[in-house]
Amino acid sequence: TVMAAPVTNDQSWFFALALGVSFLKCLLINAYHSTDFEVHRNWLALTHSLPAAQWYYEATSEWTLDYPPLFAWFEYGLSHIARFFDKEMLVVQNLNYASPATILFQRLSVIVADVVFFYAVKECCKCLREDKGKYLLGKPSFILTVLLLWNFGLIIVDHIHFQYNGFLFGVLLLSIARHFQNRHFEGALLFSILLNLKHIYLYIAPAYGIYLLRCFCFTQSNADGSLQWRSFSVVRLVTLGTIVLSTFSVSFGPFIALGQLPQIYKALMHIPFLSLCLLQPALFRIWHRPNGARGFLRCLVICALGSFMFGWHVHEKAILMAILPLSLLAVESREDARIFLILSITGHYSLFPLLFTTQELPIKILLLLLFTIFSLTSLKTLFRSGGALLNPLEATYLLGLIPLELICEFVYPLTVWQKTFPFLPLMLTSIYCALGVTYAFIRLYISLLTCSDSTKKIKTQ
Amino acid sequence: MENWSLFSLCVLLGLTSRWAVSFHSYSGAGKPPMFGDYEAQRHWQEVTYNLPVHEWYFNTTNNDLNYWGLDYPPLTAYHSLVCAYVAKLLNPEWVELHASRGYESHSHKLFMRATVLFTDILIYIPAVLLYCFYFCDGSSKQKVATALCILLYPGLILIDYGHFQYNSVSLGLALWGILGLGLGWDLFGSLAFTLALNYKQMELYHSLPFFCYLLGKCIKQGLIGRGFFQLAKISLTVLVTFALCWMPFLSDPKQPLQVLHRLFPFGRGLFEDKVANTWCSLNVLIKIKTLLSRETQLFLSFALTLLFILPSSLKLLSKPNLWQFKLALVNSSLAFFLFSFQVHEKSILLAALPVCLVINEIPLIAIWFLLTSTFSMLPLLVKDGLLLPYVVTSLAFLFLSLYLLSALERSTEEELRLGLYRKLTRHWLPKLNLSRIIKWKFWFSLVAMAALSFTSVWLEPPAKFPDLFPVLVSILSFLHFLGFIIYFNLVQLMEPQRKKSQKKTN
Repeated sequence: TVMAAPVTNDQSWFFALALGVSFLKCLLINAYHSTDFEVHRNWLALTHSLPAAQWYYEATSEWTLDYPPLFAWFEYGLSHIARFFDKEMLVVQNLNYASPATILFQRLSVIVADVVFFYAVKECCKCLREDKGKYLLGKPSFILTVLLLWNFGLIIVDHIHFQYNGFLFGVLLLSIARHFQNRHFEGALLFSILLNLKHIYLYIAPAYGIYLLRCFCFTQSNADGSLQWRSFSVVRLVTLGTIVLSTFSVSFGPFIALGQLPQIYKALMHIPFLSLCLLQPALFRIWHRPNGARGFLRCLVICALGSFMFGWHVHEKAILMAILPLSLLAVESREDARIFLILSITGHYSLFPLLFTTQELPIKILLLLLFTIFSLTSLKTLFRSGGALLNPLEATYLLGLIPLELICEFVYPLTVWQKTFPFLPLMLTSIYCALGVTYAFIRLYISLLTCSDSTKKIKTQ
Repeated sequence: MENWSLFSLCVLLGLTSRWAVSFHSYSGAGKPPMFGDYEAQRHWQEVTYNLPVHEWYFNTTNNDLNYWGLDYPPLTAYHSLVCAYVAKLLNPEWVELHASRGYESHSHKLFMRATVLFTDILIYIPAVLLYCFYFCDGSSKQKVATALCILLYPGLILIDYGHFQYNSVSLGLALWGILGLGLGWDLFGSLAFTLALNYKQMELYHSLPFFCYLLGKCIKQGLIGRGFFQLAKISLTVLVTFALCWMPFLSDPKQPLQVLHRLFPFGRGLFEDKVANTWCSLNVLIKIKTLLSRETQLFLSFALTLLFILPSSLKLLSKPNLWQFKLALVNSSLAFFLFSFQVHEKSILLAALPVCLVINEIPLIAIWFLLTSTFSMLPLLVKDGLLLPYVVTSLAFLFLSLYLLSALERSTEEELRLGLYRKLTRHWLPKLNLSRIIKWKFWFSLVAMAALSFTSVWLEPPAKFPDLFPVLVSILSFLHFLGFIIYFNLVQLMEPQRKKSQKKTN
């Protein structure tokens, strides 16, 4: 059979995995959707029915536009296809309109937009250092593909709760892949576009800034890896600057011209930078001893995780910003695989409260089990030399999630305290998961600060 | 990756797709006064919980048989009783006598769906896993791939988790029976199959192969001596199981007669609705339902069914091994489906189960059959509002099984088991490339089924023929099934001595 055959250039398994997950997403079309569904329907309606000058002022619905302009244009483009499904969804006054055709259209738009994510994953697989495996299921590229395409968090946040994260993370992963492939201009362009699609990615902008400045604008390093001040390339800096500025001007320009900057600022800016100070050591480290693209990626994950832990008004979904890029590192290094397992299992479990309906309970448990079993066994097999991947303490912590789930969702609702302290299970979940996430953060930080300088060995410098 | 993890991933995928399909509508949702099969199952919980056993199958003031009277054997009734006890704990309104008629609510739907999932996990899925583990040729990856394809068969998922039925119980028990026989545990196998028979009387479609296989084995062991004792033990097991299942009904001679009357409603005619079998299709050209008398219809149906199952059964009797047994199951259930009395379109699942079991040996034909069987139920699925899951599960099954089992590559003449047939026709048609012809027919058939699915949903039928599309669907399926029964009979009857398939047989 194909699966047991020796490794060939046959890429059909990628297509099979992508198709399989798409079918699963189609089956979830009729699942529960959160208010985010109405948010996006409202944005479809207002971008379609109103001129751009009013997009950030329209307030008939409580879900005003609070994403940057490029995303608004994306919704505008979608609205032209929405017309063929159900014209009524494009009427701003039709609050909470959710006809079957509307649901079908919106769900399909997320599923189709995921094509960007598929392409990005394919590109990331090409960036892996070595891709040898005796058989298909043991190849790092196969494992990475499954970890990304079948990521539990993405499936339940995008295709049940309802959001467009797949598409956005596709742009992010593509940008990262381009940096790995030394196509830095494209990477910078993609990241600028991403910032103009969803500003929450500002959290990881410092990692980009420091990395590009240090490794791209300074074209060479000394023999020991330290900075060579004289290799500064003004041309590169100016080009990068132009790319970023032109992207922002295309996106924000029309609105600035209309004098709407204060309004947009009010809508977008609720991301303070309290967490920046905590990330300074990490940023300093990659400035001082960059580790190439992999060091950049590690710093990116730390920025994302740090902002998740210490940021204000953060959604639990932001944990995905740390988990997804970490998958790339997890299939290449043993220590990263350990951190990934702890972070992903804990982080994914922390998403459980997002789907609080009884009908979705089996789905979230089954999908989490699916992802967890796969990631545990495949990473264990990949790094089988050198003992167990997780030490007993870590394993016990992760196993502790099972009784936690049983208590919070099965036992507690049947007790008397459900009425008096209804938020206790949520609090327990948050606290328990915070332990795991903090532990992963600390380990990741340590691994960045102590990782050996292998700038000379890596080809992708 | 270890075996246990691959198998558990397989099960998790199967369970996820099942539960995701259950989000959709069920039969008779929001359609008073009669509703559908979902309400029938709920009603049986109400009847079995509130009424004494001797009233279950009778028309009394409390039990109106015209409103979804019990028409399955006692095990279904006991199962409904157990479910009713759980229902009573959760919400007594669900099984309130008379008052709960037509009860519909979101939490009740969750409960009913959960009962299906529970029995599926308990009975059907373990049987599938054990079958693939013990009886699938090839590497462990091959076994897992086969298990996944069987678990993703759309027909069973859509009927059990969409339309709403408990086919996974009867088919699962039958599969345990096949497993038992395959492992050489004849008594266990007979017990399991008898239980299946006592759950749904349609399992009679499988009974002749079971009988012939066991009889053939006993004859091979010598009718005087070991074989005879074995036969006696099996008969005793079957009789005791029957007695235990029917015990509450044996006190009064009227009881079993009434139950049988409910199980075999000969009064209901040759066929009902549109079903992809001979009589319904023939009826389009010649109105046999009205032309022939009831007795003639019964006789014709009996004769044709017998004609088609006899060769297969006799072959199995002479050569009782697992491969012949599986093929005989296919042939017997298909013959019953095509020619028997009062066949419902869901009965195709009885033929689909044994075809699932040969999916590893003849992947292309098996996948083709399984897709056709799902397609044949399209009118029913559309009526239940299950179009989306139908499309998604069928496409997913098509692509995944073709890919995982390399069906298109494994379609040489040798692998399609048509070697003998080819030898015969070599004289007249030397340039015939059977493999390529069959692949072309496969693709053409898929296109036809897709096109007909599309048109029957999107287009309005002409006013003169309001039933045009269901009729076209059933005729197209019928022609396919006719082809399949001829193919499977050829394969079984022309089977040369194949050492490979007899490796794990007894």
